[in-house]
Amino acid sequence: MSPLARLTGVTKKFGEFTAVKDVDLNVEPGEIVGLLGANGAGKTTVIKMLLGLIGTTAGTVELFGQPPSRQTRRRLGYVPQSLGLYDDLTTMENLEFSAAAFGGKPGVKDTAIPDAIKQYGKDLIGALPLGVQRRVAFAQALEHEPDLLILDEPTSGVDPLGRARLWETIAGAAQAGAGVLVTTHYMEEASECSRLVIMAGGAVVAAGTAQEIIGTSQAVVVLAQSWADAFGRLEDAGLPVSLAGRGVRVPGARSEDVQRALGDLPAVVQDVPATLEERFFELVQGS
Amino acid sequence: MSWGADDLVVRYGKTVAVDHVSVDAPAGQVTAVVGGDGAGKSTLLRCLAGAQAPLTGTVRRPAKEAVGYLPSSSGVYPDLTVTENLDFRATGYRLARSAARERAAEYLEQAGLTEASDRLAGQLSGGMRCKLGVIAAMLPKPQLLVLDEPTTGVDPVSRSGLWWLIARAAAEGCAVVLATTYLDEAERCASVLVLDEGKVLATGTSDEIIAAMPGALRSANAGGSGGSSPRASTARPEGSRAWRRGGQWRVWDPDATAGDFQPDLTDAVTVAAIAKEVRS
Repeated sequence: MSPLARLTGVTKKFGEFTAVKDVDLNVEPGEIVGLLGANGAGKTTVIKMLLGLIGTTAGTVELFGQPPSRQTRRRLGYVPQSLGLYDDLTTMENLEFSAAAFGGKPGVKDTAIPDAIKQYGKDLIGALPLGVQRRVAFAQALEHEPDLLILDEPTSGVDPLGRARLWETIAGAAQAGAGVLVTTHYMEEASECSRLVIMAGGAVVAAGTAQEIIGTSQAVVVLAQSWADAFGRLEDAGLPVSLAGRGVRVPGARSEDVQRALGDLPAVVQDVPATLEERFFELVQGS
Repeated sequence: MSWGADDLVVRYGKTVAVDHVSVDAPAGQVTAVVGGDGAGKSTLLRCLAGAQAPLTGTVRRPAKEAVGYLPSSSGVYPDLTVTENLDFRATGYRLARSAARERAAEYLEQAGLTEASDRLAGQLSGGMRCKLGVIAAMLPKPQLLVLDEPTTGVDPVSRSGLWWLIARAAAEGCAVVLATTYLDEAERCASVLVLDEGKVLATGTSDEIIAAMPGALRSANAGGSGGSSPRASTARPEGSRAWRRGGQWRVWDPDATAGDFQPDLTDAVTVAAIAKEVRS
């Protein structure tokens, strides 16, 4: 089976500025690919090229084996960060408008309307809580049963249970055979993805499962009577110290160096595997 | 002296935004207020900062000039440069200019903002603007620092700079209260208050909230994540007590005493939300 989306050696320049550098990226049916990166890493530019909103400077973008076009857009569902709903239309009017734009049969399939939003059918979108708006945006993106789903920061501002329910919807689409490309700033959500692609400075700096990307990277955990004293000493020693509950963590450091910086301060010092976020920093700073 | 609030109630018309909420903010600690949109986080923080009066209940807070507050709107002037914003803040708090500039310079350096000193705040990225807002709030060395979602929508690199500033404020002895929608951030804090529709859903240290979770959890492979094969997956367990997390189905059994894995803060808070959903 050919990938649903394939970027091969894609570069995008805006004037002198290179936003995306020689990027390869595939999304296969049934998988959720997480696209991670800091602001300016090139994630949004990649999404715009997949949507067919902008072209490439070099390399090729293929959707379903073809260049992006209106025909490929029809097979694609997209939830932008801003949700892309019309505030002064009702929930049902939004869904009907979108269904009509995708050229389906008149009306909205009843199965495409989750129970959680049915009661809001006649309410103006702008008057509904953000959580409900987000469900509507998802329903709208899924109504035409897209083969590829593109989600830009889908769970920003959502509580944990709401987030679990949204990920259930996303995973459901993937298990039904759709491919999903999702951007997030939150490493906790990366565990929901089948595969991750990390971008920095326009280039792909790592790809694979979270475990593969973390590899053997380590951090040091320090538990001291007074975390603030430990923080101060480690900081004075120039170590990259961060707060962790009632202790501190020093990513990428060796426990001997941490012990030396702490001096006579009584503390428990322990080597632990790095978190994905800590590994992310190593990668981004090294690039 | 511990700052905080006792039994606060705030109403907007018929809506109860904050419903009998208490929180402690000890000096030298970071306290997280967690919840989704509309949970009551901002209202609670406004009360703590003295920007809003509660209907009933009491707020324990230091004198006005010893409170630093970052509203969710970022709290900086877009038409002033980074330096002008900080100078203006220093003047407002009657700080000695040279001492304030010295402090500001160190924070700017650590937050990676030194090179942006002469840029207009309105032209900074969202993450940089948040860091400037936190630095401005920290500048008068407040005893209580109240930060409304300083990291929402901020990319991981800026977030790391923000967390350095937050830890620094606490290390200097300040009581920090911050709102976030993310539990991995709350886990970095000494204590956590989880709000839902204005009510306290859970409160305590991360370990206490986990220990207080009623019942136990089981898990089953849900497939599709972390490289696992979709074929190995099991169907979604019935009912609203199941949810998906990290390629697993998690199922909460309120009556069980032992589960098949150790829950974390996210699991415990999800269970509290489900328990509330089931009750209502």
